[in-house]
Order: sequence, then structure tokens, then C-alpha cells
Amino acid sequence: MDIFFQQIINGLVQGSVYALVALGYTMVYGILGLINFAHGEVVMIGAMVALAALQALLAAAFAPVLAVLLSLLIAVAACMALGYSIERIAYRPLRNAPRLAPLITAIGMSIVLQNLAMMIWGREYHSFNLPFTSNSHHLGGAVMNDVQIGIVVVALVIMAGLMWLVHHTRTGRAMRAVAENPAAATLMGVDINRVISVTFMLGSALAAIAGFMVSANYGIVHYYMGFMLGLKAFTAAVLGGIGNLRGAMLGGVLLGLIESLGAGYIGDITGGFLGSHYQDVFAFFVLIAVLVFRPSGLLGEKLAERA
Amino acid sequence: MTQASDRLLDLNSVGKHFGGVIALADVSLHIRQSEIYGLIGPNGAGKTTLFNVVTGLYQLDSGSFQFAGQSYTRCKPHLLAQAGIARTFQNIRLFANMSALENIMVGRHLRTRTGIWGALTRNAAARAEERATVQRARELLEYVGITCAHQTLAKHLSYGEQRRLEIARALATEPKLLALDEPAAGMNATETVALKALLQKIRASGVTVLLIEHDVKLIMGLCDRVAVLDYGKKIAEGVPEEVRRDPAVIAAYLGGETTTSNLSPLPQAGEG
Repeated sequence: MDIFFQQIINGLVQGSVYALVALGYTMVYGILGLINFAHGEVVMIGAMVALAALQALLAAAFAPVLAVLLSLLIAVAACMALGYSIERIAYRPLRNAPRLAPLITAIGMSIVLQNLAMMIWGREYHSFNLPFTSNSHHLGGAVMNDVQIGIVVVALVIMAGLMWLVHHTRTGRAMRAVAENPAAATLMGVDINRVISVTFMLGSALAAIAGFMVSANYGIVHYYMGFMLGLKAFTAAVLGGIGNLRGAMLGGVLLGLIESLGAGYIGDITGGFLGSHYQDVFAFFVLIAVLVFRPSGLLGEKLAERA
Repeated sequence: MTQASDRLLDLNSVGKHFGGVIALADVSLHIRQSEIYGLIGPNGAGKTTLFNVVTGLYQLDSGSFQFAGQSYTRCKPHLLAQAGIARTFQNIRLFANMSALENIMVGRHLRTRTGIWGALTRNAAARAEERATVQRARELLEYVGITCAHQTLAKHLSYGEQRRLEIARALATEPKLLALDEPAAGMNATETVALKALLQKIRASGVTVLLIEHDVKLIMGLCDRVAVLDYGKKIAEGVPEEVRRDPAVIAAYLGGETTTSNLSPLPQAGEG
């Protein structure tokens, strides 16, 4: 039973990160019908910038807590600028192109960003240590540390904030209107380009926060870290129903749990034949299963709304 | 004749083609301040194309139009909405998964300012604006006669209510010109009577109305002036009685037969 609770906790922590990244995928898809495959790379850049900022701030003798908060803010700002630029440079010129063109551009953008990060930060793993100790707490037989509690709490607050923004503000209404019917929205005076820019910037801000979280949790950053994380978050978005915000959150947490429980028990189930390093298999098994049995996802209703 | 200053919308030799198909050829119209101007014609005559041109959804190929003293040839839809042109669609285009109230609140987008910072900090100005937006949206729902169910999703409203909600959403942008594309299509007789009263009320409030309609009885009873399009050309213009007796119009509608009693509902399928 201890393993069970421990895996639930691990799953919730990892799922919170997936959920934040999945929201970025799903928001862009909802508005443009585009899978932004460069989104995982934005998470990686967020982590890299946060690490660089944190080291610089600590070297400049900032108080540890202040340095952590400031580096997070710097990463968020950098990623918002990056997200805005990606859309302007890579996607806007292809707005009216066939759907395959922006998809290929997205993959290209992803490769460009990875290589850029490799040139700036090198191919080696960097350790990402927070400048304070993270105390562990025993809950039943399971352990959860301060960083993990922080990740779940911050993710919950941000997701609640995003839902409020989308459903109860002028900006959010404009986003939903564009997602539902771009032609009608523009005739109501909504500037579609502006809404798209805001969407990319919001998604990228969430990606930066997720990048910080995942780095703080594992204590490591690497130029390739965005690839697998991005793919899994995309899987989470598809699982929940791509284009649906609640679906992205639900899909993220579920995927985290499935992966974590799967990794925890795969050894027992296969009699030791397969070990926990097969955990990535579960995410993609889920992706295949969803695409075969429920392609619209758990909360998605309308498939092929955009032809 | 008309003073230039009375004119709200002037179309000067507007042309639009799609490949080899000429949708509008050399069409000139002059719509005056506070009139109800009807646009009729057989299916495929170019009425909806004309709407798409003046609302910026299509760019015109030749000619130009002036709206409220400003000249336009190429312009983005949201800027024309800003200038004061609002419209509804022949096939209703509401935000189906948003509530009736929210649909109108999107219409207020143009006349409100709160950005993302205001929303996140929830300062006094942002809160006041949000309250005013909700208030105005409620008034507009009442104005067009949708009294119940503000929170009902647009897709769950009845057909007639959806048509009126689209008008309310257009009015929320505070237009000078309200362009309605077949607002009575699919309405029963009672609903059409209510629509007529609503349009008269809107005109009385100072908004100019441009109306595409197949219900000839409604057009004749409501419009100050009527223009007839056929194959992308304007074949007649004038007060309803004049137009009704115009031989070219009768020929266009009825293929040469000369019956004047009942021109009304022609089939209304598939007009682009």
C-alpha cells in the first residue's frame, strides 16, 4: 500500500506539470486548429532561462527566496516573448496555408529551438538546485517534499486563475469567441491577430512555470528535456479532448497517475521482466488507445468541427 | 436629390469576382442616414457578396465605398466594425457554446477597453466596466425581446430567439449601420410581425438598417427604398411600389410572367 500512495503522490506532481503544458497545446489548437509542436521546447527554454537567471541572481547575493521568485518571473517573461515570436515568425505567414504546412513548420521550429539551446547551454546536463532545503513530509507511508507540495499548489492556483480568465473576462470571452467562430468574432470588432498573440503568450507563460517546476523537482535540466515532456503533454491534451481546457487539466493529471502507477507496478505484473524505466510506454499506449477508441478524448464532444 | 451629408454608405461602382464568376458588377448604392434600405434579388444575385464586401470579409476588386465620410477599398473587418458597421448572417453564426448574455458581451468588445492586466489586477475601472457590460447586455436582451434564460447556451435557444440574439449582438457594437442578411428566414408569421416591429424600433433609435430579405411582403411594408440585384447588377432602385411594378424586376423574379400579386417566398437554398 505504501508504494500505491507514493505513486499517487508522484503521479499528481508529474500530472500537474503535464496539465500546465497540455493547456498550452490545447489553447492554441482551440483557436488555430494547429498543433504547436514547438511548445515542449518552450518549456525547456523556460527551465534553461530560469536556471541561468537563478545562478546570476544568487551570484549577485540576492536573498534565496527572492532569487527563486525573480528567476521564475524572468523565465515567464522570456517564454512569453518567445511564444509571441514563434507565432509571428513561423505560424502567422502560414495562416491560410494548407494544414500540413504549419505542422511541418512547428516541427522545424522545435528542432531550431533545441539546437539553439544546445549551442547556448551545451549538451551536458545541468543541475538545478533550489537555494534552500526542501523538507520531506511523511503522509502515511509515503513521502512528499516541499517542492512537490509547491508544484501541486501552484499548478492548482494557476489553473483556477486561467479558467477564471477565460470565462469571466473580456480577453477570455474574445478567446472563446475566436475559437468558436472567427468570422463572427472579427465582425464584432475582435482583433483576431491580437487574440492569437495573447493565446500564445499565455500558453508560453504556463510552459515557463512548468519548466521551472519539473527542473526543481528532478534537479536537472538538459537541452533535450522538452521533447519527451512535450509529447506527453500533447498526449494528455488528446486524452482530455484537444481544444478543451478542462480536458487538458484532467488529461494531464490522469496521464501523470497512469504513468506513475504503471511504472510502480509494471515490475510486479510482469514478474520482473519489465522494469520502471518502461514508464514512457504507458503514455504512448494511452495515446494509441485514445486515438483508437475515443478519438475526441474524454471531454471532447465535437470532432472535425474544423474541416 | 440627396445631400452628400445625409448619406451614410455610398458604394461607387463596386465589383467583385470569384475566378470567372462575376458576383458584383459595377454596383452603386447610396444609403441615407436613418432609412431602412432593402436589398432583394433572386438567389445568387450577389446580395450576400455585397454584405461581405461592406463588412470587410471580402476585398473588393474594383470601385470603392464610403462609410460615414471615410473611404474604404481594403479594410479589415474589425476596423469596419469599429467604424460602425454591424451585421447578422443568413445562416446564423452565434457563438454556440457561449450563453446568450456572453454572446452580447462579445459584441461589447469593441466599445470596452480592459486588457489582461486590468483583468488580472481587477482594478476599479475593470470591475466597473465589466458590470456595465453585463448591464448593457441584459438591456439588449430585453430590447430584442429575449426575456428568459440569460445563461442559456446560444445553441439551445429557439430559432427565432437565435435570430434576435444575433441582432442584439450586432447592436452591442453600437453600429451606425445594421446589415441584416435574411433575418426573417425560417420565421413563422407571428415572429415576422415581431421582427418588423423590432426593426422599426431600431430605426427609430437612429440606426440605419440595410436589409436582405426574400419575404417580399416584409420588404414592401418596411423599407423606405429598395434596390434589386440580378446577376451581380443593380437592375432597379426606388420606393417599394415603384420597384414592384418595374418590368425588369418582374422579369428577373418570375422569368417574364407579369403577376404582381405575390412575389414572395422563392426557394432559398445555397446562396454564397
